[in-house]
Amino acid sequence: MSPRILLATTGRILRQLRHDRRTVALLAVVPTLLLTLLYFMYENAGPTFDRIALIMLGVFPFVIMFLVTSIAMLRERTTGTLERLLTTPMGKLDLLFGYGLAFGLAAAAQAAIASAAAYWLLGVRTAGSVGLVVLIATVNAVLGVALGLLCSAFARTEFQAVQFMPVVVVPQLLLCGLFVPRAEMAGWLQAVSDALPLSYAIDGLVQVGMHPSATATMWWDVAIVAGAVLVALSLAAATLRRRSG
Amino acid sequence: METAVAVEGLTVDRGKRTVLHDISFSVPRGTVVGLLGPSGSGKTTLLRCIVGVQLVRAGRVTVLGRPAGTAELRRTVGYLTQAPSVYADLTVRENARYFAALYGLGAAEADRAVADVGLADAAGQLVSTLSGGQHSRASLACALLGGPELLVLDEPTVGQDPLLREELWGRFHDLARGGTTLIVSSHVMDEARRCDRLLFIRDGRLVADDTPARLRAETGTDDLEQAFLHIARGMEGVAA
Repeated sequence: MSPRILLATTGRILRQLRHDRRTVALLAVVPTLLLTLLYFMYENAGPTFDRIALIMLGVFPFVIMFLVTSIAMLRERTTGTLERLLTTPMGKLDLLFGYGLAFGLAAAAQAAIASAAAYWLLGVRTAGSVGLVVLIATVNAVLGVALGLLCSAFARTEFQAVQFMPVVVVPQLLLCGLFVPRAEMAGWLQAVSDALPLSYAIDGLVQVGMHPSATATMWWDVAIVAGAVLVALSLAAATLRRRSG
Repeated sequence: METAVAVEGLTVDRGKRTVLHDISFSVPRGTVVGLLGPSGSGKTTLLRCIVGVQLVRAGRVTVLGRPAGTAELRRTVGYLTQAPSVYADLTVRENARYFAALYGLGAAEADRAVADVGLADAAGQLVSTLSGGQHSRASLACALLGGPELLVLDEPTVGQDPLLREELWGRFHDLARGGTTLIVSSHVMDEARRCDRLLFIRDGRLVADDTPARLRAETGTDDLEQAFLHIARGMEGVAA
């Protein structure tokens, strides 16, 4: 890996994003609009809205960055830029970490906007600080990036890439404790939930909701999600082949 | 003369089909070699083998003294893919500066490469808004960066106007005089006369490997297209 190539790649991906104004606008406002929708759905429901809004602040960046990354990486493959890059001095990890860094930064900005709206416009209250919420949301977004990079290796077309969302993202959403508390699930479902990284990100957010300062459990959750990011990126590197048939 | 590229017994399968059959040739340094043949004859596959991105069934490809695709070669081999491989959602300048950064080069070198392919006026334009010819020249600018010792160019002059084509061939020969080796594919026979050496490929087989002058003499025709037809018919005669 080379810091120079990594940073050049991060800059290139952010520049591509900047030229796509509509995508930037969607990234900036969609989570806030959806939170506003939830606000009116749960009007007068008090703590229920706080709980759901907090979890959604972590879920939105994960889902959005997963989709954006799968398509971006698929485009690298189908337009030949990936093959071209692999004939330059660039290392595979320069490219993968470049995506992680670029979309991670975009996600941090997105999470900051959504959190600002949630806390100051919609009156969300948590025991812990908004900074920790943004941190977990960003780590979660990078998880989405890493899984998107990995999944795009198994898709040849955009149609296929989009189908990985129901396969990879939806089960994690269903089992993360949002719909049914993890403790109330059947034992085997809990075991599956324990194996899915999103469960830990959501648990971390719940910790921030309940405790005024960062708990050891929360840091442990963040560490597990970060570990899952590294595993997914290593697997993605293994699927990037310089030679193909 | 020192050898830049040596190919020995190269055989490549794609799926169940064999697309290159036992190909051998060598290319001396500082020459412009034309790889000619009809569409679908295996030109791109052969170039991908030289760059080291193609899975190979048998044979050996040695580039600048190293096995093709070796990490050290990624600095010294420039590759222009057949379909332009630049980012459509970046400007020409941003593309060139990004590829320059991968080779540790600065913005000045990138801007010079853009000017060298005649795109200085379009440097600030998004690649998606360029014409087909400009698009492939943007890709060519990125392949020329870093002064590679070997340039592998897959149909670099397709869709370019005649004047520009003339200019590009002039540049290729300037580079060759400076010691660069160029392997240039084309399916347009009138480009053959501009090369120092010609490789004719048909149905994945190398059917001729000679200088344009000797090919003309051997086949008794002044027209290289006729020469190619002559050789192709001769092969079929042998097969039948």
